Amino acid sequence: MFDLTGKTALVTGASGGIGGAIAEALHTAGATVALSGTREGPLRELADRLGERAHVVPANLSEPEAAAGLIKDAAGAMGSVDILVNNAGITRDNLFMRMSDEEWAQVLEVNLTSVFRLSRAALRGMMKARWGRIVNITSVVGSTGNPGQGNYAAAKAGLVGMSKSLAYEVASRGITVNCVAPGFIETAMTDKLTDEQKGKILGQIPAGRMGSPAEIAAAVLYLASPEAGYVTGATLHVNGGMAMV
Amino acid sequence: MSDIADRVKKIVVEHLGVEEDKVVESASFIDDLGADSLDTVELVMAFEEEFGIEIPDDAAETIQTVGDAVTFIKGAV
Repeated sequence: MFDLTGKTALVTGASGGIGGAIAEALHTAGATVALSGTREGPLRELADRLGERAHVVPANLSEPEAAAGLIKDAAGAMGSVDILVNNAGITRDNLFMRMSDEEWAQVLEVNLTSVFRLSRAALRGMMKARWGRIVNITSVVGSTGNPGQGNYAAAKAGLVGMSKSLAYEVASRGITVNCVAPGFIETAMTDKLTDEQKGKILGQIPAGRMGSPAEIAAAVLYLASPEAGYVTGATLHVNGGMAMV
Repeated sequence: MSDIADRVKKIVVEHLGVEEDKVVESASFIDDLGADSLDTVELVMAFEEEFGIEIPDDAAETIQTVGDAVTFIKGAV
């Protein structure tokens, strides 16, 4: 099940914990992967670890021209982009009343606008191939909101509406567009939390633990697979029951 | 010249799955040949590829019929 042999996948934010796990899962399922991120070092390490069928395509998605260039680079390296996993994201947390225009704009640019640009650029090849998978990594806070993350939550909720609209347009061409919404996942970002903060968070999670990057990767692998061809416009929540939406 | 028209016709027939005799110069992609808006985007992509040209979005919007496409492409190649 979930055999991606012969498929090509571009994963953005692959230098992070979740992105790396996604790339690894797709690669293990047989896909050729292109790893993107701003930091070339960790991408190169991951590519070396994966071995064959792994390419490094660095990009800084806060630059408007980067998206189209990245799709071109990835297609150049792999021959096509059959699967696009938009995982790259940044946070610029601040109380709403203190949030600067710049903090708002940066988060919207990277977390929402770059996904629009990447998806638009990748669709051409997918339309021709009559097959494609776009998986956008959102967040539980896109559904629930989170104090201090007005910008981040807006971008993540925006991805859901964007994904559904695009899903309508391209469903007849064998292209699906879905979201995976992680809850609290063990990554470098959550490592920085204090024990007290962690205790509070765990109290809200029926599963009683944080999720692992591999558990997000498994959801992405499913949505990227041929078996999920009838699933589109959906959001798969992977949050230990933290928000049952 | 007629070569371009023939190639355009062939693309339209293949892409929209319509009878060749329906693909006349005056035929509208949407009204006469059953294309939806996404089909028209794909047709433009196919023309760009076949003729090695770039059709900007504002020009693409003016290409409503088979004849429009042939005229535009003749001017662009």
